[in-house]
Amino acid sequence: MIGTVKNIIEVKNLYVYYAKFQALKGINLNIQANCISALIGPSGCGKSTFLRALNRMNDLIEGARTEGQVYFDGKNIYHPDTDLLTLRRRVGMVFQRPNPFPLSIEDNVTYGLKVHGLTARNFLEERLYRSLQAVNLWEELKDRLDENALKLTGEQQQRLCIARLLALEPEVVLMDEPCSALDPMATGRIEDLMYELKKDYTIVIVTHNMQQAARVSDYTGYFLLGDLVEFGETNQIFTSPQDKRTEDYITGRFG
Amino acid sequence: MTKIERNERLIRLCLLVVAFSAISVLAVITIFIFEQGTPIMFKYGFKNFLLGQDWYPSEKSFGLFPMIVGSLMVTLGALIIGVPLGLASAIFLTEFSNRRLARILKPFIELLAGIPSVVYGFIGLMFLIPFIRENLGGPGLSVLASSIILGVMILPTVTSIAIDSIRAVPDSFREGSIALGATKWQTVKMVILPAARSGIVAGVVLGMGRAIGETMAVIMVAGNAAAIPDSILAPVRTLTSNIALEMAYASGEHRQALFATGVILFVIIMILNTIANLTSARQKKR
Repeated sequence: MIGTVKNIIEVKNLYVYYAKFQALKGINLNIQANCISALIGPSGCGKSTFLRALNRMNDLIEGARTEGQVYFDGKNIYHPDTDLLTLRRRVGMVFQRPNPFPLSIEDNVTYGLKVHGLTARNFLEERLYRSLQAVNLWEELKDRLDENALKLTGEQQQRLCIARLLALEPEVVLMDEPCSALDPMATGRIEDLMYELKKDYTIVIVTHNMQQAARVSDYTGYFLLGDLVEFGETNQIFTSPQDKRTEDYITGRFG
Repeated sequence: MTKIERNERLIRLCLLVVAFSAISVLAVITIFIFEQGTPIMFKYGFKNFLLGQDWYPSEKSFGLFPMIVGSLMVTLGALIIGVPLGLASAIFLTEFSNRRLARILKPFIELLAGIPSVVYGFIGLMFLIPFIRENLGGPGLSVLASSIILGVMILPTVTSIAIDSIRAVPDSFREGSIALGATKWQTVKMVILPAARSGIVAGVVLGMGRAIGETMAVIMVAGNAAAIPDSILAPVRTLTSNIALEMAYASGEHRQALFATGVILFVIIMILNTIANLTSARQKKR
């Protein structure tokens, strides 16, 4: 489907433990650049844990332990020398519930830039414009930039969270069930947005909505009980899954 | 009307009476203080009370200005010392220390609130006063000593309320910030503290109330000279000390003047509370 294949992320033998619980059991998976990869599976199957392992957000959880390697842009992000701040700037994350900061709309978008020491006014304004433009919020919000972001609707908030990320021009955008708090119309529009963003970004999305995975993604992986059962082109996964367990799940016999 | 409905009404009525009795105590106190304190203010003039510099009750000179300045100075001093310390402790215990350490340390900070104020005064008298006298000069009994003691006394209030309001900030804000590559301190400074601001301000207001109202500890370390202190090392008398020191033997107009002191204290606390509430409300709105 894609001309030149470039794996932007390569995951090798990834194990994650929460205290004694084994959440991921040796995952091997490659993520292709400028594609949307969807991770599906029942609740508690480890798909979110996997996503959070890609920018080391599991580090925040007390008692979480990770083994194995995740190569991003050729470097193992679990190497002790990894600069986490830079990693998270390059591999950004959108969360399940929109979580804009209780600051103005403008401050939300420029937040990431400011924490990375980029404070030139012109630069901030330009990125503010471009990021809001990219998530189709500029026209709606250009006159309300100093209003508190918590006043926005759920969909606007989630778009703002994406804009906040895009301001940093990351290479990979991780989305953890980004539409689960949105209504179907808003979900459709966010999916359209993902499709647009694919040109410039690599997207990995966790979803428990199989239709969503089928609609937006190029590749799909099916997680079950901490294992990656199957990973392949979305079309193939949904039409001719190789594994019986995948078939059971997507045909609705399980999960 | 069914039995259940009647019961509901009865309970509602009982709660109403109880709620109002609490409020009416406040009303009675207010009316009593004003009733006792205002006539003499009218007699000698508000201006003389508020701005008069001489407090010689036996010569009918009731200038409260030195005590007003004194109360404001020690309260400000207490905030300057107590708020940064309290806020720093709260930030450390909530965001930087591990959970076990926080569980051990927090009760100790709260224990500070349980120490009787006379003990604070006593410790100030034994250690702080000689220390100031020998190292910084002056009599030791001073604005500085009062501020330090009061600063420690408001620490538990400021800290525990700040801890509660920082804990109330949803984790999703922290995650969002960290996921953008922010450091912990940047997250605290740019997201957590603004989000917790109204709660923190409420804690500071309560601390301020405690500082301006504290009497016993201040009497023991302040020196209590009824004159405007010319430095932070000079003795000071607060409005509360003024009442407590003289009430035992005051009579007649002197006694009424002490009630007038109470009126002024009351009004000052009202004003400070209102200012603080307005600022926190405005910041919240932004």
